[in-house]
Amino acid sequence: MALTRDQLAQRVAQEFQDGYYVNLGIGIPTLAANFIPEGMQVMLQSENGLLGMGQFPLEEEVDADLVNAGKQTVTMVKGASLFDSAESFAMIRGGHVDLTVLGAFEVDCQGNIASYMIPGKMIKGMGGAMDLVAGADNIVVTMTHASKSGKSKLLAECTLPLTGKGCIKRVLTDLALLDIEDGKFILRERAPGVTIEEIVNLTEGELIVPDAVPEMRV
Amino acid sequence: MSGFDKVVGSYEEALEGLNDGMTIIAGGFGLCGIPENLIKEIKRRGTKGLTIASNNAGVDGKGLGLLLEDKQIKKMIASYVGENALFEAQMMSGELEVELTPQGTLAEKMRAGGAGIPAFYTATGYGTPVGEGKEVREFNGRHYILEEALCGDFSIAKAWKADRYGNLMFRKTARNFNPMAITAGKIAVVEVEEIVEVGQLDPDEIHLPGIYVNRLIQGTFAKDIEQRTVRSA
Repeated sequence: MALTRDQLAQRVAQEFQDGYYVNLGIGIPTLAANFIPEGMQVMLQSENGLLGMGQFPLEEEVDADLVNAGKQTVTMVKGASLFDSAESFAMIRGGHVDLTVLGAFEVDCQGNIASYMIPGKMIKGMGGAMDLVAGADNIVVTMTHASKSGKSKLLAECTLPLTGKGCIKRVLTDLALLDIEDGKFILRERAPGVTIEEIVNLTEGELIVPDAVPEMRV
Repeated sequence: MSGFDKVVGSYEEALEGLNDGMTIIAGGFGLCGIPENLIKEIKRRGTKGLTIASNNAGVDGKGLGLLLEDKQIKKMIASYVGENALFEAQMMSGELEVELTPQGTLAEKMRAGGAGIPAFYTATGYGTPVGEGKEVREFNGRHYILEEALCGDFSIAKAWKADRYGNLMFRKTARNFNPMAITAGKIAVVEVEEIVEVGQLDPDEIHLPGIYVNRLIQGTFAKDIEQRTVRSA
Protein backbone atom coordinates (compact mmCIF):
# COMPACT_ATOMS: atom_id res chain seq x y z
CA MET A 1 0.00 0.00 0.00
CA ALA A 2 1.14 3.51 -0.79
CA LEU A 3 1.92 5.58 2.29
CA THR A 4 -0.74 7.95 3.63
CA ARG A 5 0.14 11.59 4.27
CA ASP A 6 0.59 10.83 7.96
CA GLN A 7 2.84 7.85 7.22
CA LEU A 8 4.97 10.01 4.91
CA ALA A 9 5.24 12.55 7.72
CA GLN A 10 6.20 9.77 10.17
CA ARG A 11 8.98 8.59 7.87
CA VAL A 12 10.23 12.16 7.40
CA ALA A 13 10.41 12.51 11.18
CA GLN A 14 12.79 9.53 11.32
CA GLU A 15 15.36 11.82 9.63
CA PHE A 16 15.32 14.16 12.63
CA GLN A 17 18.15 14.10 15.14
CA ASP A 18 18.36 15.59 18.60
CA GLY A 19 19.44 19.23 18.38
CA TYR A 20 18.55 19.66 14.70
CA TYR A 21 17.39 22.98 13.25
CA VAL A 22 14.88 21.97 10.57
CA ASN A 23 13.01 23.81 7.82
CA LEU A 24 9.78 22.07 6.80
CA GLY A 25 8.04 23.04 3.56
CA ILE A 26 4.31 23.56 3.20
CA GLY A 27 2.09 20.43 3.12
CA ILE A 28 3.33 16.96 4.11
CA PRO A 29 6.71 18.23 5.40
CA THR A 30 4.87 20.46 7.90
CA LEU A 31 2.96 17.41 9.21
CA ALA A 32 6.27 15.83 10.25
CA ALA A 33 6.35 18.25 13.18
CA ASN A 34 3.59 16.09 14.72
CA PHE A 35 5.91 13.07 14.83
CA ILE A 36 9.02 14.42 16.56
CA PRO A 37 10.06 11.51 18.83
CA GLU A 38 9.50 11.89 22.56
CA GLY A 39 12.52 13.35 24.32
CA MET A 40 14.11 14.69 21.13
CA GLN A 41 14.64 18.42 20.69
CA VAL A 42 14.07 19.80 17.18
CA MET A 43 13.79 23.53 16.45
CA LEU A 44 11.67 24.49 13.43
CA GLN A 45 12.81 27.35 11.19
CA SER A 46 10.16 29.32 9.32
CA GLU A 47 11.86 31.33 6.59
CA ASN A 48 9.69 34.42 7.03
CA GLY A 49 11.69 35.08 10.20
CA LEU A 50 11.14 32.68 13.09
CA LEU A 51 13.30 30.01 14.66
CA GLY A 52 11.36 27.94 17.18
CA MET A 53 7.94 27.66 15.56
CA GLY A 54 5.28 26.12 17.79
CA GLN A 55 1.87 24.61 17.13
CA PHE A 56 -1.22 26.44 15.89
CA PRO A 57 -2.59 28.93 18.44
CA LEU A 58 -5.69 28.54 20.56
CA GLU A 59 -8.45 30.83 19.32
CA GLU A 60 -7.60 33.41 22.02
CA GLU A 61 -3.86 33.28 21.19
CA VAL A 62 -4.25 34.17 17.48
CA ASP A 63 -1.84 36.98 16.58
CA ALA A 64 -1.84 38.51 13.07
CA ASP A 65 1.84 39.42 13.56
CA LEU A 66 2.87 35.80 14.07
CA VAL A 67 2.59 33.59 10.98
CA ASN A 68 4.62 30.84 9.34
CA ALA A 69 5.97 30.60 5.79
CA GLY A 70 2.54 29.36 4.65
CA LYS A 71 0.97 32.53 6.14
CA GLN A 72 -0.78 30.39 8.78
CA THR A 73 -1.12 31.71 12.31
CA VAL A 74 1.30 29.92 14.65
CA THR A 75 2.88 30.17 18.10
CA MET A 76 6.47 30.21 19.34
CA VAL A 77 8.17 27.64 21.56
CA LYS A 78 10.29 28.60 24.57
CA GLY A 79 13.70 29.66 23.30
CA ALA A 80 12.36 30.99 19.98
CA SER A 81 13.95 33.93 18.18
CA LEU A 82 12.70 36.41 15.59
CA PHE A 83 14.60 38.11 12.76
CA ASP A 84 14.23 39.73 9.35
CA SER A 85 14.18 38.00 5.97
CA ALA A 86 17.83 38.72 5.11
CA GLU A 87 18.95 37.17 8.40
CA SER A 88 16.64 34.22 7.81
CA PHE A 89 18.13 33.46 4.43
CA ALA A 90 21.65 34.03 5.71
CA MET A 91 20.96 31.06 8.00
CA ILE A 92 19.71 29.04 5.05
CA ARG A 93 22.39 30.05 2.52
CA GLY A 94 25.13 29.80 5.08
CA GLY A 95 24.31 26.13 5.63
CA HIS A 96 23.27 26.55 9.27
CA VAL A 97 19.98 24.66 8.89
CA ASP A 98 20.57 20.94 9.53
CA LEU A 99 17.70 19.49 7.51
CA THR A 100 15.34 20.82 4.86
CA VAL A 101 12.22 18.94 3.77
CA LEU A 102 10.19 20.12 0.81
CA GLY A 103 7.81 18.93 -1.90
CA ALA A 104 8.35 18.72 -5.67
CA PHE A 105 6.62 18.00 -9.00
CA GLU A 106 9.62 16.13 -10.43
CA VAL A 107 13.07 14.95 -9.40
CA ASP A 108 15.66 13.38 -11.68
CA CYS A 109 18.61 11.05 -11.16
CA GLN A 110 21.06 13.96 -11.62
CA GLY A 111 19.71 15.44 -8.39
CA ASN A 112 17.72 18.15 -10.18
CA ILE A 113 14.39 19.29 -8.73
CA ALA A 114 11.39 21.03 -10.35
CA SER A 115 8.80 22.39 -7.95
CA TYR A 116 7.70 25.93 -8.69
CA MET A 117 6.00 26.31 -12.04
CA ILE A 118 4.18 24.51 -14.83
CA PRO A 119 4.54 26.69 -17.95
CA GLY A 120 1.20 27.85 -19.33
CA LYS A 121 -0.70 26.35 -16.41
CA MET A 122 0.53 27.48 -13.04
CA ILE A 123 2.93 30.26 -12.09
CA LYS A 124 2.89 30.78 -8.37
CA GLY A 125 6.56 31.37 -7.77
CA MET A 126 9.40 29.70 -5.92
CA GLY A 127 9.12 31.51 -2.60
CA GLY A 128 12.11 30.31 -0.57
CA ALA A 129 12.49 26.93 -2.29
CA MET A 130 15.39 27.90 -4.58
CA ASP A 131 17.33 29.31 -1.63
CA LEU A 132 16.60 26.24 0.49
CA VAL A 133 17.75 23.69 -2.09
CA ALA A 134 20.86 25.72 -2.95
CA GLY A 135 21.79 26.39 0.67
CA ALA A 136 21.15 23.09 2.43
CA ASP A 137 23.30 19.98 2.27
CA ASN A 138 20.81 17.65 3.91
CA ILE A 139 17.56 17.79 1.92
CA VAL A 140 14.67 15.33 1.76
CA VAL A 141 12.14 15.75 -1.04
CA THR A 142 8.67 14.35 -0.37
CA MET A 143 6.37 13.65 -3.29
CA THR A 144 4.10 11.07 -4.91
CA HIS A 145 6.10 8.55 -6.93
CA ALA A 146 3.88 8.88 -10.01
CA SER A 147 0.95 10.94 -11.27
CA LYS A 148 -2.60 9.62 -10.92
CA SER A 149 -2.36 8.33 -14.50
CA GLY A 150 0.78 6.37 -13.58
CA LYS A 151 3.41 8.67 -15.10
CA SER A 152 6.69 8.57 -13.18
CA LYS A 153 7.86 11.71 -11.39
CA LEU A 154 11.32 10.22 -10.74
CA LEU A 155 12.82 10.95 -14.11
CA ALA A 156 15.97 10.57 -16.17
CA GLU A 157 15.73 14.31 -16.74
CA CYS A 158 13.25 16.85 -15.34
CA THR A 159 10.85 18.25 -17.95
CA LEU A 160 9.67 21.30 -15.95
CA PRO A 161 11.72 24.44 -15.15
CA LEU A 162 14.23 23.62 -12.40
CA THR A 163 14.16 24.91 -8.84
CA GLY A 164 17.70 23.63 -8.26
CA LYS A 165 20.43 21.79 -10.11
CA GLY A 166 22.26 18.76 -8.76
CA CYS A 167 21.24 19.40 -5.16
CA ILE A 168 18.92 16.53 -4.21
CA LYS A 169 20.33 13.38 -2.61
CA ARG A 170 17.27 11.83 -0.90
CA VAL A 171 13.67 11.39 -2.04
CA LEU A 172 10.76 10.00 -0.06
CA THR A 173 7.73 9.03 -2.10
CA ASP A 174 4.48 7.30 -1.18
CA LEU A 175 6.11 4.06 -2.40
CA ALA A 176 9.78 4.25 -1.48
CA LEU A 177 12.78 5.98 0.03
CA LEU A 178 15.54 6.53 -2.52
CA ASP A 179 18.98 8.10 -2.54
CA ILE A 180 20.56 9.75 -5.57
CA GLU A 181 24.22 8.93 -6.20
CA ASP A 182 26.36 9.23 -9.34
CA GLY A 183 23.40 9.85 -11.64
CA LYS A 184 21.29 6.95 -10.38
CA PHE A 185 18.41 6.39 -7.99
CA ILE A 186 19.18 3.81 -5.31
CA LEU A 187 16.24 2.07 -3.66
CA ARG A 188 16.76 2.15 0.12
CA GLU A 189 13.36 1.29 1.60
CA ARG A 190 9.92 0.38 0.30
CA ALA A 191 6.52 1.22 1.73
CA PRO A 192 4.89 -1.67 3.59
CA GLY A 193 3.24 -4.04 1.11
CA VAL A 194 4.72 -2.37 -1.97
CA THR A 195 6.73 -4.68 -4.24
CA ILE A 196 10.06 -3.85 -5.81
CA GLU A 197 8.50 -4.53 -9.21
CA GLU A 198 5.88 -1.78 -8.66
CA ILE A 199 8.62 0.68 -7.76
CA VAL A 200 10.77 -0.31 -10.73
CA ASN A 201 7.81 0.10 -13.10
CA LEU A 202 7.04 3.60 -11.82
CA THR A 203 10.64 4.90 -11.79
CA GLU A 204 11.73 6.31 -15.14
CA GLY A 205 15.28 7.33 -14.16
CA GLU A 206 17.96 4.65 -13.81
CA LEU A 207 17.31 2.71 -10.60
CA ILE A 208 19.69 0.50 -8.65
CA VAL A 209 17.99 -2.14 -6.51
CA PRO A 210 20.32 -3.46 -3.78
CA ASP A 211 20.04 -7.08 -2.63
CA ALA A 212 18.18 -6.12 0.51
CA VAL A 213 15.46 -3.44 0.46
CA PRO A 214 13.78 -3.33 3.87
CA GLU A 215 10.22 -2.19 4.49
CA MET A 216 9.81 1.20 6.12
CA ARG A 217 8.90 1.35 9.79
CA VAL A 218 5.74 3.43 9.80
CA MET B 1 9.55 68.57 10.34
CA SER B 2 12.63 69.87 12.05
CA GLY B 3 15.99 68.37 12.78
CA PHE B 4 15.69 64.62 13.12
CA ASP B 5 11.92 64.63 13.61
CA LYS B 6 10.57 62.44 10.80
CA VAL B 7 6.87 62.60 11.65
CA VAL B 8 4.57 63.84 8.90
CA GLY B 9 1.00 65.04 9.36
CA SER B 10 -0.91 63.00 6.78
CA TYR B 11 -0.70 60.03 4.44
CA GLU B 12 -0.89 62.47 1.53
CA GLU B 13 2.22 64.22 2.81
CA ALA B 14 3.89 60.86 3.48
CA LEU B 15 3.85 59.99 -0.23
CA GLU B 16 4.37 63.47 -1.66
CA GLY B 17 6.56 63.23 -4.76
CA LEU B 18 5.49 59.72 -5.73
CA ASN B 19 5.01 59.90 -9.50
CA ASP B 20 4.02 57.67 -12.39
CA GLY B 21 6.67 55.19 -13.49
CA MET B 22 8.57 55.13 -10.20
CA THR B 23 9.98 52.06 -8.41
CA ILE B 24 8.73 51.20 -4.93
CA ILE B 25 10.27 48.68 -2.52
CA ALA B 26 7.61 47.37 -0.15
CA GLY B 27 7.88 45.47 3.12
CA GLY B 28 5.57 42.68 4.28
CA PHE B 29 5.13 38.93 3.91
CA GLY B 30 1.73 37.91 2.62
CA LEU B 31 -0.58 40.25 4.50
CA CYS B 32 1.67 40.17 7.60
CA GLY B 33 3.43 43.45 8.37
CA ILE B 34 2.30 45.24 5.22
CA PRO B 35 2.08 49.05 5.02
CA GLU B 36 -1.64 48.80 4.44
CA ASN B 37 -2.51 52.49 4.76
CA LEU B 38 0.34 53.61 2.51
CA ILE B 39 -0.89 51.16 -0.14
CA LYS B 40 -4.40 52.65 0.17
CA GLU B 41 -2.89 56.12 -0.28
CA ILE B 42 -1.16 54.97 -3.50
CA LYS B 43 -4.54 53.73 -4.72
CA ARG B 44 -6.15 57.06 -3.83
CA ARG B 45 -3.44 58.98 -5.66
CA GLY B 46 -3.94 56.84 -8.76
CA THR B 47 -0.21 56.68 -9.50
CA LYS B 48 0.36 54.48 -12.55
CA GLY B 49 3.12 52.53 -14.29
CA LEU B 50 4.71 51.49 -10.99
CA THR B 51 7.41 48.88 -10.56
CA ILE B 52 6.97 47.27 -7.16
CA ALA B 53 9.37 44.90 -5.41
CA SER B 54 7.65 42.97 -2.63
CA ASN B 55 7.77 39.33 -1.61
CA ASN B 56 4.07 38.90 -2.46
CA ALA B 57 1.40 40.87 -4.27
CA GLY B 58 -1.32 40.79 -1.62
CA VAL B 59 -4.60 38.97 -2.20
CA ASP B 60 -7.66 40.04 -4.15
CA GLY B 61 -8.84 43.33 -2.63
CA LYS B 62 -6.16 43.47 0.07
CA GLY B 63 -2.61 44.76 0.31
CA LEU B 64 -0.93 45.31 -3.05
CA GLY B 65 -3.91 43.50 -4.61
CA LEU B 66 -5.70 46.88 -4.32
CA LEU B 67 -3.31 48.43 -6.83
CA LEU B 68 -4.10 45.79 -9.44
CA GLU B 69 -7.75 46.84 -9.56
CA ASP B 70 -6.93 50.07 -11.41
CA LYS B 71 -3.89 48.55 -13.16
CA GLN B 72 -1.44 50.82 -11.34
CA ILE B 73 1.37 48.24 -11.36
CA LYS B 74 3.40 47.79 -14.54
CA LYS B 75 5.95 45.37 -13.16
CA MET B 76 6.09 43.21 -10.05
CA ILE B 77 9.28 41.75 -8.57
CA ALA B 78 8.19 39.00 -6.15
CA SER B 79 8.96 35.48 -4.98
CA TYR B 80 5.44 34.11 -4.63
CA VAL B 81 2.26 35.38 -6.26
CA GLY B 82 -0.02 32.36 -5.94
CA GLU B 83 -2.74 33.89 -3.78
CA ASN B 84 -4.22 36.38 -6.19
CA ALA B 85 -6.62 35.64 -9.09
CA LEU B 86 -6.54 39.17 -10.52
CA PHE B 87 -2.75 39.08 -10.49
CA GLU B 88 -2.72 35.82 -12.40
CA ALA B 89 -5.20 37.14 -14.97
CA GLN B 90 -3.14 40.31 -15.61
CA MET B 91 0.07 38.32 -15.77
CA MET B 92 -1.34 35.77 -18.23
CA SER B 93 -2.74 38.54 -20.48
CA GLY B 94 0.66 40.27 -20.50
CA GLU B 95 -0.64 43.51 -18.90
CA LEU B 96 1.53 42.89 -15.87
CA GLU B 97 5.23 42.09 -16.15
CA VAL B 98 6.50 39.73 -13.45
CA GLU B 99 10.07 39.04 -12.40
CA LEU B 100 9.98 35.99 -10.14
CA THR B 101 12.88 36.26 -7.71
CA PRO B 102 13.81 33.72 -5.02
CA GLN B 103 12.82 34.94 -1.56
CA GLY B 104 16.33 35.00 -0.10
CA THR B 105 17.73 36.62 -3.23
CA LEU B 106 15.01 39.28 -3.04
CA ALA B 107 15.84 40.02 0.61
CA GLU B 108 19.56 40.18 -0.19
CA LYS B 109 18.97 42.40 -3.27
CA MET B 110 17.17 44.89 -1.01
CA ARG B 111 19.80 44.61 1.72
CA ALA B 112 22.60 45.12 -0.82
CA GLY B 113 20.75 48.07 -2.37
CA GLY B 114 20.52 49.77 0.99
CA ALA B 115 24.13 48.94 1.90
CA GLY B 116 25.76 50.32 -1.26
CA ILE B 117 26.70 46.90 -2.61
CA PRO B 118 25.90 46.84 -6.35
CA ALA B 119 25.73 43.05 -6.78
CA PHE B 120 26.52 39.75 -5.10
CA TYR B 121 27.12 36.10 -6.01
CA THR B 122 24.74 33.41 -4.83
CA ALA B 123 24.24 29.70 -5.53
CA THR B 124 20.47 30.24 -5.44
CA GLY B 125 19.01 29.94 -8.92
CA TYR B 126 22.09 28.55 -10.66
CA GLY B 127 21.04 26.21 -13.48
CA THR B 128 17.40 27.39 -13.28
CA PRO B 129 15.40 29.97 -15.27
CA VAL B 130 16.39 32.56 -12.63
CA GLY B 131 20.05 32.17 -13.61
CA GLU B 132 19.50 32.57 -17.36
CA GLY B 133 21.57 35.38 -18.84
CA LYS B 134 23.37 36.07 -15.56
CA GLU B 135 27.12 35.94 -15.04
CA VAL B 136 28.29 32.63 -13.52
CA ARG B 137 31.44 32.24 -11.45
CA GLU B 138 32.96 29.29 -9.72
CA PHE B 139 34.24 29.56 -6.14
CA ASN B 140 35.73 26.49 -4.45
CA GLY B 141 34.15 24.16 -7.00
CA ARG B 142 30.61 25.51 -6.75
CA HIS B 143 28.72 27.66 -9.25
CA TYR B 144 27.24 31.01 -8.32
CA ILE B 145 25.26 33.59 -10.27
CA LEU B 146 25.65 37.36 -10.06
CA GLU B 147 22.55 39.10 -8.75
CA GLU B 148 22.24 42.89 -8.84
CA ALA B 149 21.08 45.04 -5.94
CA LEU B 150 17.65 46.60 -5.87
CA CYS B 151 16.97 50.27 -5.08
CA GLY B 152 13.74 52.23 -5.18
CA ASP B 153 12.61 55.82 -5.60
CA PHE B 154 10.43 55.16 -2.57
CA SER B 155 10.16 52.43 -0.01
CA ILE B 156 7.01 51.78 1.97
CA ALA B 157 7.10 49.76 5.16
CA LYS B 158 5.38 49.01 8.43
CA ALA B 159 6.93 48.82 11.89
CA TRP B 160 5.46 48.38 15.35
CA LYS B 161 6.87 51.26 17.37
CA ALA B 162 9.01 54.27 16.56
CA ASP B 163 10.34 57.35 18.26
CA ARG B 164 10.03 60.68 16.46
CA TYR B 165 13.54 60.26 15.03
CA GLY B 166 12.40 57.16 13.15
CA ASN B 167 14.23 54.60 15.28
CA LEU B 168 12.17 51.48 14.76
CA MET B 169 11.05 48.34 16.52
CA PHE B 170 9.20 45.55 14.75
CA ARG B 171 6.90 42.94 16.23
CA LYS B 172 7.23 39.16 15.75
CA THR B 173 7.13 37.95 12.13
CA ALA B 174 5.75 41.30 10.95
CA ARG B 175 9.43 42.31 10.69
CA ASN B 176 10.12 40.14 7.58
CA PHE B 177 11.19 42.32 4.61
CA ASN B 178 10.46 45.66 6.26
CA PRO B 179 13.97 46.59 7.51
CA MET B 180 15.67 45.83 4.17
CA ALA B 181 12.91 47.49 2.16
CA ILE B 182 13.35 50.67 4.20
CA THR B 183 17.10 50.83 3.58
CA ALA B 184 16.68 50.36 -0.19
CA GLY B 185 14.44 53.37 -0.89
CA LYS B 186 15.67 56.92 -1.67
CA ILE B 187 12.66 58.17 0.24
CA ALA B 188 11.76 55.67 2.96
CA VAL B 189 8.24 56.05 4.31
CA VAL B 190 7.28 54.05 7.39
CA GLU B 191 3.93 53.70 9.12
CA VAL B 192 3.78 52.46 12.69
CA GLU B 193 1.26 51.58 15.38
CA GLU B 194 2.74 53.93 17.95
CA ILE B 195 5.10 56.89 17.98
CA VAL B 196 6.81 57.66 21.28
CA GLU B 197 8.97 60.57 22.38
CA VAL B 198 12.69 60.48 21.75
CA GLY B 199 14.48 58.77 24.62
CA GLN B 200 11.66 56.37 25.41
CA LEU B 201 13.11 53.50 23.35
CA ASP B 202 16.08 51.62 24.76
CA PRO B 203 18.88 52.09 22.18
CA ASP B 204 19.82 48.43 22.63
CA GLU B 205 16.33 47.35 21.59
CA ILE B 206 16.10 49.32 18.35
CA HIS B 207 15.89 47.02 15.31
CA LEU B 208 16.53 49.68 12.66
CA PRO B 209 18.14 53.08 13.31
CA GLY B 210 16.28 56.20 12.19
CA ILE B 211 19.04 57.17 9.76
CA TYR B 212 17.30 55.02 7.15
CA VAL B 213 13.87 56.59 7.66
CA ASN B 214 12.73 59.78 5.91
CA ARG B 215 9.03 60.03 6.74
CA LEU B 216 7.12 58.53 9.62
CA ILE B 217 3.39 58.34 10.30
CA GLN B 218 1.20 56.69 12.91
CA GLY B 219 -1.76 54.71 11.60
CA THR B 220 -4.41 52.21 12.58
CA PHE B 221 -4.23 48.75 11.07
CA ALA B 222 -6.78 46.08 10.13
CA LYS B 223 -4.04 43.37 10.22
CA ASP B 224 -5.93 40.89 8.06
CA ILE B 225 -4.98 37.23 8.49
CA GLU B 226 -4.46 35.18 5.34
CA GLN B 227 -4.67 31.67 6.87
CA ARG B 228 -6.34 31.65 10.26
CA THR B 229 -5.32 28.27 11.72
CA VAL B 230 -6.17 27.35 15.31
CA ARG B 231 -6.08 24.29 17.51
CA SER B 232 -8.74 23.34 20.00
CA ALA B 233 -7.92 23.34 23.71
